[in-house]
Amino acid sequence: MHELSICSSIVGIVKKHAAGREVRTVHVRIGAMRQIVPDTLTYCWSLVTESSELAGAELAIERIPAKIRCTNCGREQVLDELAMACQECTGSVDLVEGDEFMITSLDLAEV
Amino acid sequence: MGRFHRHDGDTDGHHHHHDHDHDHGDHSGYATASERVVVLERIFDENDQMAAANRRDFDSAALTAINLMSSPGAGKTTVLRETLRRLEGRLRVGIVEGDIETSIDADRLAGFGAAISLINTSDGFGGECHLDAPMVRSALPRLPLADLDLLIIENVGNLVCPAEFDVGAHSQAMVYSVTEGEEKPLKYPVMFRSADLVIVNKIDLIPHLDYDLSLFYANLKAVNPGVAVIETSARTGQGIDEWCDWLLDRHRSLHASSPLGG
Repeated sequence: MHELSICSSIVGIVKKHAAGREVRTVHVRIGAMRQIVPDTLTYCWSLVTESSELAGAELAIERIPAKIRCTNCGREQVLDELAMACQECTGSVDLVEGDEFMITSLDLAEV
Repeated sequence: MGRFHRHDGDTDGHHHHHDHDHDHGDHSGYATASERVVVLERIFDENDQMAAANRRDFDSAALTAINLMSSPGAGKTTVLRETLRRLEGRLRVGIVEGDIETSIDADRLAGFGAAISLINTSDGFGGECHLDAPMVRSALPRLPLADLDLLIIENVGNLVCPAEFDVGAHSQAMVYSVTEGEEKPLKYPVMFRSADLVIVNKIDLIPHLDYDLSLFYANLKAVNPGVAVIETSARTGQGIDEWCDWLLDRHRSLHASSPLGG
């Protein structure tokens, strides 16, 4: 349940950027290589925010699939299952997408 | 401001800036429109900044910090006890102990000359399942960092949460036991990917198990092709010297000029 402490971090970042304005939606991007369960995150978000000024703010989660690039032949591939090797030449690979975990934007009420 | 306003019927150029009865082009049901503000901030930034501060403190004390992770019951504390027994007099060791409720693990490690700082993670928000950089930082004032060569941060037994938090260690090591099954790297890829070294513990139990070690290694390499592996039995002592050598090597390569590491 590290999602609970993660939600506390999200609250801190959101409050800083919202600067007191009403927050409607928090847009979060989560890569497939992060061990974060979206449903748990959403549940913890409601727990953490329910009695705060962020009550009612929605957490909108965008999932990013894992993408690898071969360091040998340069082939890029989106992973359906975990295999950190190039399907083409079996070379070593770098993870180029799927490691993300960030707040991308906020929807704030107009004043 | 007003990016999502649509002034329907507003053909005469007259703008209703303060009239909110018209259609905003926003069907969210809110009385006023929303404005999207770009943030692009990494959620672990605060933790990672604290981890960097920890790492700076470790470096200025010329000590090597290892984040030791595992599932519950993999034998992490027993491996650690055997490690302290062998390193006593060779490296000055400190332990940060992440323990959910009790000091049982710390009690098992006492008596080998190591300095131990206990973090009781039940004081955290809702009872934590991992150590993060601020928690580790809070344990550091209780340790004589300048007089240590090696700091082992014994994380909370859990294959999910600890892998997400950089605590400022120089290396990540993981204790895995063969009783956990071959498929664990595929089920918990973040932790197995984060490890520089995997200790394959309870190796002496293999004759008693339906366990395929080569299948485990195939799964591990699929997730983390470059990872180092040491097979151990904390019970028989197999492989523990090799693990101690790995720690000594890490310390020498990081802090070659320090008295014991040089």
